[in-house]
Amino acid sequence: MARAATGISNSGHQRMQRYSFFGLARHAASFHEHWQRAWRNPVMKPGYDVIIVGGGGHGLATAYYLAKNHGVRNVAVVEKGYLGGGNTARNTTIVRSNYLWDAAAHLYEFSLKLWEGLSQELNFNLMFSQRGVLNLGHSLQEMRDIERRVTANRLNGIDGEVLTTREVKALVPLINDSPAIRYPVLGASWQPRGGTARHDALAWGYARAADNLGVDLIQQTEVTGLRIEGGVVTGVETTRGPIHARKVACVAAGNSGVLAAMAGLRLPIESHPLQALVSEPIKPVLDCVVMSNAVHAYISQSDKGDLVIGAGIDSYNGYGQRGSLPVVEHCLGAIVELFPAFSRVRMNRNWGGIVDTCPDASPIIGTTPVEGLFFNCGWGTGGFKATPGSGYVFADTVANGRPHPLAAPFSLERFHTGALIDEHGAAGVAH
Amino acid sequence: MLRIHCPYCCEDRAEEEFVYAGEAGITRPLAPEQLDDAAWGDYLFFRTNPRGAHQEMWFHASGCRRYFKVLRDTVTYALAASCRMDESLPLPAVDVLP
Ligand SMILES: Cc1cc2nc3c(=O)[nH]c(=O)nc-3n(C[C@H](O)[C@H](O)[C@H](O)COP(=O)(O)OP(=O)(O)OC[C@H]3O[C@@H](n4cnc5c(N)ncnc54)[C@H](O)[C@@H]3O)c2cc1C
Ligand SMILES: [Zn+2]
Repeated sequence: MARAATGISNSGHQRMQRYSFFGLARHAASFHEHWQRAWRNPVMKPGYDVIIVGGGGHGLATAYYLAKNHGVRNVAVVEKGYLGGGNTARNTTIVRSNYLWDAAAHLYEFSLKLWEGLSQELNFNLMFSQRGVLNLGHSLQEMRDIERRVTANRLNGIDGEVLTTREVKALVPLINDSPAIRYPVLGASWQPRGGTARHDALAWGYARAADNLGVDLIQQTEVTGLRIEGGVVTGVETTRGPIHARKVACVAAGNSGVLAAMAGLRLPIESHPLQALVSEPIKPVLDCVVMSNAVHAYISQSDKGDLVIGAGIDSYNGYGQRGSLPVVEHCLGAIVELFPAFSRVRMNRNWGGIVDTCPDASPIIGTTPVEGLFFNCGWGTGGFKATPGSGYVFADTVANGRPHPLAAPFSLERFHTGALIDEHGAAGVAH
Repeated sequence: MLRIHCPYCCEDRAEEEFVYAGEAGITRPLAPEQLDDAAWGDYLFFRTNPRGAHQEMWFHASGCRRYFKVLRDTVTYALAASCRMDESLPLPAVDVLP
């Protein structure tokens, strides 16, 4: 076995060292001073077969599957900040697949199945924890919607159960089951295979695996223009000069509209701040995810012990990666009513991400009127869970120049044909 | 937290008194049945979503209960102007609103 890596050149390629228990022990013996860097910091080439704009989870996953499944390895991921620094590292990490409509259910379930083997595949501990997800119902109508959704899920082979108030209380003993509160817990949907994962590990895992297959990860480089000649994309302009490309795939979440405008396209997307916050770490008290659509709050506890809490979007358009306090107050008011025991837990940090919301709360994946230009966006408040599936079907779409069958219903054209995939209400809170 | 100027109440009030009502200046087509799918879809779903100056509508829900227009920067969130629905917002000054 090769000794620890030393003197790797910036762009030279070296076989990826696998992470393992023995590796950990061996590196401990040399005081952890010789770990191989997780990916190269390559010099940008003048041209690539495919340029992926946006180094979030979805962009990195797309790069990985392009290289792995389609043998397209002359690929660059161009990221204006650092890898995963957008919504990927700002979300509340909820993973589930209990969406109502067939098209969405198939896509999110495909993604969940990929999650189930992903730590092994990427040789990176994603801390994927299938601790179960509860979507609470607070009114009779919500309970009817939950029954309908769970039935639809089961017909699609997705695990799900409808729970009563008492069953919810048995799972989450801290929850306030009083019928006298403003939004009483009348029951819930329960997806046992849902859960949480470590969000930045997902970006890092895909980045490391993609780099290992030869993908160039170009950070601190903003795409400022798209080169289009005669309706065909030929490359991008960046803050470090132009790069030539046969295909350009934009995966820029909240900034998708800005990129679309560079190609003279409009998207049915509006960018909004979405906020989350974490508390100081406390002893383990909550071992599943609890979400509520009606009160726009969702909560889980990280392995470190922090309560991870997410709010609803700020109503106004924004690109500022921060929102307004009333939204956070509203969310925490709901959390405290549901969990009176948390009323004196102190919050450590609060932040916002810019989510790309679509009118039907479903993503847009596919081709555009510009040849060679592809978009994957509109994941809004709920795309973290879909990262593996999104990357998989988008890589296939980009490689073959036509939508992957699972992506086909999510075309941009649906906003003109009317074939929307409305996942607003019935899919629980949109995260 | 935004402080929004209501042109009817002639006051800056806290964001919580208002409800955001989307992009301003989108007029409902007078004869929708004469539009093709593309034009109707554009009207229903496609928005400008600029990074920078944005013309938008707000509703003063806990105040005068009237709609009005606001020019706001979507990056800094600074509000440059408000006006009534029958008035026009000033064009964004380039130096204030990049
Ligand atoms: C507070 C919050 C909570 C959330 N909670 C959940 C949840 O619990 N479960 C869930 O499934 N989803 C959740 N989401 C949504 C989820 O985070 C996103 O849908 C998902 O991470 C999007 O991934 P992405 O890779 O497309 O975007 P991002 O990670 O945002 O990546 C896009 C990248 O593009 C880069 N970029 C943009 N413009 C350019 C340019 N011109 N040139 C170069 N690079 C550019 C950005 O810097 C960014 O790194 C949440 C989001 C937020 C903000
Ligand atoms: Zn008023």
